[in-house]
Amino acid sequence: MPEFKKPHALTDAPLHYCPGCTHGIIHRLVAEVIDEMGIEGQTVGVAPVGCSVMAYDYFACDMIEAAHGRAPAVATGVKRANPDTFVFTYQGDGDLAAIGTAEIVHAATRGENITVIFVNNTTYGMTGGQMAPTTLPGQVTQTTPYGRNTNVEGFPIRVCEMLSTLSGVALAERVTVVDPANIRKAKAAIRKGFEFQKNKQGFSIIEVLSTCPTNWGKSPVDAIDWLKENMMPYYPLGVYKEGAIR
Amino acid sequence: MERKLMKGNEALAEAAIRAGCKCFFGYPITPQTEISAYMSKRMPKVGGVFLQAESEVSAINMVYGCASSGIRCMTSSSSPGVSLKSEGVSYIAGADLPCVIINVMRGGPGLGGIQPSQADYWQATKALGHGDFQLLVYAPSSVQEMADTVTKAFDLADKYRMPALILADGLLGQMMEPVAFEDVDISFGDGSDKEWAARGHNNERKHNISNSLYLKPDELEDRIVERFKRYDVIKANHTEAECYKTDDAELIITAYGSVARIAKAAVDAARAKGIKVGLFRPITLWPFPEKELKAACANAENVLCVEMSMGQMIEDVKLALECKKNVEFFGRTGGIVPKPSEILAKIVEMTQKGAE
Ligand SMILES: Cc1ncc(C[n+]2csc(CCOP(=O)(O)OP(=O)(O)O)c2C)c(N)n1
Ligand code: SF4
Repeated sequence: MPEFKKPHALTDAPLHYCPGCTHGIIHRLVAEVIDEMGIEGQTVGVAPVGCSVMAYDYFACDMIEAAHGRAPAVATGVKRANPDTFVFTYQGDGDLAAIGTAEIVHAATRGENITVIFVNNTTYGMTGGQMAPTTLPGQVTQTTPYGRNTNVEGFPIRVCEMLSTLSGVALAERVTVVDPANIRKAKAAIRKGFEFQKNKQGFSIIEVLSTCPTNWGKSPVDAIDWLKENMMPYYPLGVYKEGAIR
Repeated sequence: MERKLMKGNEALAEAAIRAGCKCFFGYPITPQTEISAYMSKRMPKVGGVFLQAESEVSAINMVYGCASSGIRCMTSSSSPGVSLKSEGVSYIAGADLPCVIINVMRGGPGLGGIQPSQADYWQATKALGHGDFQLLVYAPSSVQEMADTVTKAFDLADKYRMPALILADGLLGQMMEPVAFEDVDISFGDGSDKEWAARGHNNERKHNISNSLYLKPDELEDRIVERFKRYDVIKANHTEAECYKTDDAELIITAYGSVARIAKAAVDAARAKGIKVGLFRPITLWPFPEKELKAACANAENVLCVEMSMGQMIEDVKLALECKKNVEFFGRTGGIVPKPSEILAKIVEMTQKGAE
């Protein structure tokens, strides 16, 4: 039987994530893919602000901490400087779909040869649970205390659907990590993203539906149930686009 | 040595490539667009990278990523675009990364105008972004200097691991003059000589991190204090200025960039009238050449600061002279370039006042 160990691409630093938060699982999946492809030495990760701002302490590859929303531009700089480097960004939904909308759309449409790990937890985790561009209609957050009113706050952004209209995108896939079967699918999607990158076939984004038990005010188990009942109908899992652009 | 007739903006771009700038990230804005246009033509020919970003915010963040890889890179803009870059500049300074930023200034605030201006002196020398940091700031005054200062900016930015800024204006950018380039083979480093670069550790070292976040206040203070020690070394070693007819001058004009050229004409006109005037031209705006200015003003009672703004550098002039001289100001702003005759009139006014 194979031994269950920490992937080499993760350091020994203890993760600071809240109990039951799925950020930890997603970190592990990215690290396992890096290990399996044997690319840790050629990989540069870019983590902007959000709960995962200190990902630079957790991933054992070279890391860059970026300003809020700017990771796709920073990753572009790394990739253009050294096209053979594997470059991934690790971004939250506030980061990617609000303040960093221009950066993600243009990195995608350029077909920037990078892999984006997009963690959608419908909230701004780090700053204490405010409304995010992905907050569901009716969802209560710190800044939508009466529930998100679409007449006032507008509608959530479905990022994979939006980006899949762009010609530069090789992979846009939505996954989740609520159970072992889905975790395996999530890992396969991340692997696919890195393979597209390896073959210089275009931009890849893997959106991971994730929990934020702390700001949702739920136990880890209830948070998983809430994700299944509320997020999965609004954000259907699946492949939105797949195919080399070059 | 190669001599060419070039626009200031193009000379600067060519010199950057010869200095080993591999990647250029731009966004169109008047009056610096020739830099992007030149780079887009030349970079693919020499194996470099030209990329037009979606905004100045993105352009400076591309620079941040590229600089993190240990590769020489540059971005250029004009005043409104430079304001947008300030977030990225602060992160670059906070992560101790070298890069070069160009500001070909135009009139402001807001959208302002597209004519030459020097109204971004404060922004460049005091606060191009939040937090405790400085940029190296060069102010070229000729097409040749557009080329020369960009080379120095790359070298010092690398040496001291900090961003450097070239503060030019529309006049210098558009002006055509002969420029000489050293014969060099164009070559770009790959960052492997930079032990701090986050470019993939190749399983040969611990991972590098490009970062400006320090949640523990004592760690953050240590980082900043270390940075300011480097700034002290720069202040002691890298100030630059030009003195023109200052030896016997009773009145010293201080001016930088294109205005210094106009001031020179006013100095000559005043000298022709028998008035002993000289020009002091800072080439580095940060660090400001304080001791050089003090020395140049040793025999002068009067100092006239001339700028294309409402008066920004004048504060550094007064500080350097410790309020021991009479410092007055003449400026035009909003895109209006001062005339030599206007400066001469102010010189005559000041010297007559002294005689009364
Ligand atoms: C320019 C800027 N604005 C605001 C912030 C404050 N801030 C830090 S993290 C964050 C939200 C992060 O939310 P998200 O991207 O959804 O990631 P999560 O924390 O949920 O993982 C905000 C607004 C900042 N750091 N920088
Ligand atoms: S605040 Fe939410 S997203 Fe952030 S670590 Fe805690 S549970 Fe995870």
